[in-house]
Amino acid sequence: MNTGFWTLTFWVGFLAATVRMATPLIIATLGETFAERSGVLNLGIEGMMIFGALAGFLTTYFTKSLWLGVLVATLSGIAFGWLMAFLTVTLTLSQHVSGLGITIFASGLAYYTYRAAIGSPTVPPTIKAFSTLKIPLLWKIPIIGPILFDQYAITYIGILLVPLAGYLIYKTTFGLSLRAVGENPEAADAMGINVYKIRYTALLIAGGLAGLSGAFFTLAEFNMFLYDIVAGRGWVAIALVIFANWIPSKVLWGALFFGSIDAIGLRLQGTAIKVPFQVYLMLPYIFTIIVLILIARNASYPSALLKPYRRE
Amino acid sequence: MEKEKIVEMRNIRKTFLNNVANNNINFVVYKGEIVSLLGENGAGKTTLMKILYGMYTKDSGEIFVNGKKVEINSPKDAIALGIGMVHQHFTLVRTLTVLENVILGLPSPKGINLDFDYARKRLQEIIQRYGLVVNPDAKIWQLSVGERQRVEIIKALYRNINVLILDEPTAVLTPQEVEELFKTLRIFKKEGKSIVFISHKLEEVMEISDRIVILRNGVVTGERRKEETNARELARLMVGREVIEVLREKTSVTEKSPLLKVEGLKALNDKNLVALKGISFSVNKGEILGVAGVAGNGQRELEDVICGVRKPISGHIFLDKDEISGRSPKEIIRLGVGRIPEDRMESGLILDLPLYENLVIEFYDKPPFSKGMLINYKSIKRFAQKLIKEYRIKTASIDVKTRTLSGGNLQKVILARVLSQSPKFIIASQPTRGLDVGAMEYIHEKLLEARNNGAGILLISEDLHEVLNLSDRIMVMYEGEIMGIIDRSKEKVDIEELGLMMAGAKRRKVS
Repeated sequence: MNTGFWTLTFWVGFLAATVRMATPLIIATLGETFAERSGVLNLGIEGMMIFGALAGFLTTYFTKSLWLGVLVATLSGIAFGWLMAFLTVTLTLSQHVSGLGITIFASGLAYYTYRAAIGSPTVPPTIKAFSTLKIPLLWKIPIIGPILFDQYAITYIGILLVPLAGYLIYKTTFGLSLRAVGENPEAADAMGINVYKIRYTALLIAGGLAGLSGAFFTLAEFNMFLYDIVAGRGWVAIALVIFANWIPSKVLWGALFFGSIDAIGLRLQGTAIKVPFQVYLMLPYIFTIIVLILIARNASYPSALLKPYRRE
Repeated sequence: MEKEKIVEMRNIRKTFLNNVANNNINFVVYKGEIVSLLGENGAGKTTLMKILYGMYTKDSGEIFVNGKKVEINSPKDAIALGIGMVHQHFTLVRTLTVLENVILGLPSPKGINLDFDYARKRLQEIIQRYGLVVNPDAKIWQLSVGERQRVEIIKALYRNINVLILDEPTAVLTPQEVEELFKTLRIFKKEGKSIVFISHKLEEVMEISDRIVILRNGVVTGERRKEETNARELARLMVGREVIEVLREKTSVTEKSPLLKVEGLKALNDKNLVALKGISFSVNKGEILGVAGVAGNGQRELEDVICGVRKPISGHIFLDKDEISGRSPKEIIRLGVGRIPEDRMESGLILDLPLYENLVIEFYDKPPFSKGMLINYKSIKRFAQKLIKEYRIKTASIDVKTRTLSGGNLQKVILARVLSQSPKFIIASQPTRGLDVGAMEYIHEKLLEARNNGAGILLISEDLHEVLNLSDRIMVMYEGEIMGIIDRSKEKVDIEELGLMMAGAKRRKVS
C-alpha cells in the first residue's frame, strides 16, 4: 500500500475506496430521507445499523449464506422501524427520546446477542465475506472500471437505490403524499391521505435501509462483528440528510464526499505524512460539524419534522 | 316550485366537552342555490359544516345526500359524495406547486405513477371555464392569499364536487377580490352546483345568497329567502337583540401634536425580503390611526419594529423626543409604549404561567412588584385582584393557569396589563380577532377611553369595520408602502376608494 502519492494507482485506489466507504452512508441516508420527508427524525438509525450489522453477521455465521444475512439484517431494521413508528406515530411520543431510546436498546441488544451467541473469544470469529463483483466487460475500462465496476454487490444496490428513491419521491402518488405529510399533515389529511400509513411506510423503509446499511460493515467491508463497527455512521447520515437538502441525488454526492474523507484517512495512514492515526479517524466527524455549520442554518427542513400528528 | 334536495342534515348534535356546538340542527342544501350560514363566532356554523365534510364526527343525527342516508367519516368520504370545502385556514402544502396540491391524495390514472400531463390539461380547463387564474407551476408560498383561495376552489372543482362549502371566504380578500369570487360563485350556480357560504358579514350575505339560515349558540334561529328579509332582521336573528349602530361620540382632541413619528422606516420580513419600503407617518396625541390593508402587506413587520422585536434596516421611530428604533422591547415598554400584539397566545401571554404573573409580566421587575432581586408576590397578587375586578376578567381565581381563560378574557388580560400603566402610545394589532361581540365592544370602548384620555393609538386590523368604527385617520398599507391616509375630520371615507387603495390600484400623495 505504500504507493507514491501522485501515482495513478494511488488515485484509482483512493476513488475505489471512496465509493466503497460511501456505500453504507448512501443506503442509510436514503432511508433517513424517507423518514424525515414524512416528518419523523429517526435517531434510532445508529442502533438500527448496529443491530443490522449483528443480525447479518450471525445469520451468515450460522447458515453460511451471505444473502440470507442481508435479508435478515434488512428485516431486523424493518422491525425497529416499526417500533419507531409505533412510538412516535401511534403513541405520538417525542421523536428525540424514542429515537435515542431505540439506538440504546438496539445496540445493547446487539452486543448482548453477540455475547450470548458467540461468547468472548480472544480472536473474534469470522465469516467468508462478500468479494467484489466484477461487472463483465465494464470492469476492464481503464481507470473507471476498477473504480466503479469492481465493487461489492451491496454497493451496486446502494447506487441503484438513488434513482429509485428519487423516482419514488418525485414521480409517484406515494412520493407526493410523503412530501405533503412532512410539510403539512393537516392539509394532507384533509385531502384524504392517511398520515399514519404514510409515516409508518416511511419508517419501515428507513429501518430496512438502516439494517441493510449495517450489514455492509459485517458482510462486505469487514468479515466480523466488532463493538464499534458502525462508529457513528448513523449520526453522519443524519447530518448528510441536511447536507443533501432531503434530495436523493444530492445524498449520493454527499455520501461520496464523506466516503472520500474516510478513504483519504485510510490512504494517508500509509504515506509518509506522520500524524497520529487517530487524527485521520477523526476527519469524517470534523467534516460533519463543519458541513452542518455551513449548511444547516439555511436548510429548508420539512415543516412538520419532529411534530407528532394528532387528529382533532 | 320544490327544488331538488342535494344534502339534508337532520337533528345534528355535536358537543365539545360540556359545550354544545350544534344542538339538533336541521339543514338542507338545494340544487343550484347559494345558501348562507349566518352567525357570530362560535355559533356552530363551521362545526356543522365540518361534520358534513367528515372532519368532525357527530354525536347524533342523520345525513342524507341525494336522498340516500350516508355515513361520512372523513373528507375522502365527503369528496366521494361530491362535497368539497374551502377552509378558513387553507389546507395547502406551501412547498408544493399548485399542480401538485391539486392532485394531492387522488389516485392517478397511471397507477402509482403521477400523471402530470393529464392533470395539467384538466387544470387548464377549470382555470379557463371559471376564470380562476393561477399559475399551475408556482409554489404555494409564492402566491397571494387571494390566489391561494383560488387554488383551494380549483382543488374542489378538480374533484367534481356538486356542493362547495366556503368558510368565511372573504375574510382575507380585498373588496375587488370579493367581487371576483362572487362572479365565480354565480357561474357555479348557473351550472347547477350548490354553494354553502359561511359568514358573519350581513352585507355580503345579502348580496350573494338565495337563502339564509341563521345560527345562534348552536341552534337555528331562522331561515329566510333573500327577498323576504333585510339586514336589520338578519342581525336581530344573529345576535338575539336589535343591533343599534353605535355612533361613537368622537370627542376629538383639539391639540394635534405628533406623539409617534416614523421616518423612512425600512425593514425585512422573515424571508429576508423588504417588507417595509421606507415609510413615514405620525400618530398624534389623542387619536386613533387605523391601518387598513390586507394581511401580509407589512403590518406585522411594522408592529414588530415598533415593539422592538425586529430591527429595522434604516429609518427612525421617535416617541416624543426619544428615539425608540433599535432599542430593546423592554426599554420601549418603559418609555411608554403599550403593546397589544397580533399573536396574543404566542407573544402576548405565557399561557402556562398563573394569571397573576401574566398581569405583571412586562413590569414585574420594578417597584412595587419587586425590590432588587426579590419579587414581592403579595403586592403582585393585590394588583392582579384589582385588575380582574376593574376589567371584569372572568376567571375562577388569579391563581389559575392563564391557559384556562377564554379568548375574550385572555385579550382583556393583555388590555388590563397595558392600560394599567397608562401608556402614552398603544399599538393594538388585530385586537378583537376571534372575539365575540360582547368582548369586542368592551375592547373598543376601552381603546376609545384611552384615546380620549390623550393616548395615541395605532390600530392595525384586518377587520375593515373595526378600522372604520374607531379611527380618526385611516392609513392604507400595500406591499410595504403607504397608499394614502384619509383624515376623517376633513373628508368622508369613500369605501370604493379605500378598497382600491387596499388592492394597490390607487395611491394618494401622502402629505
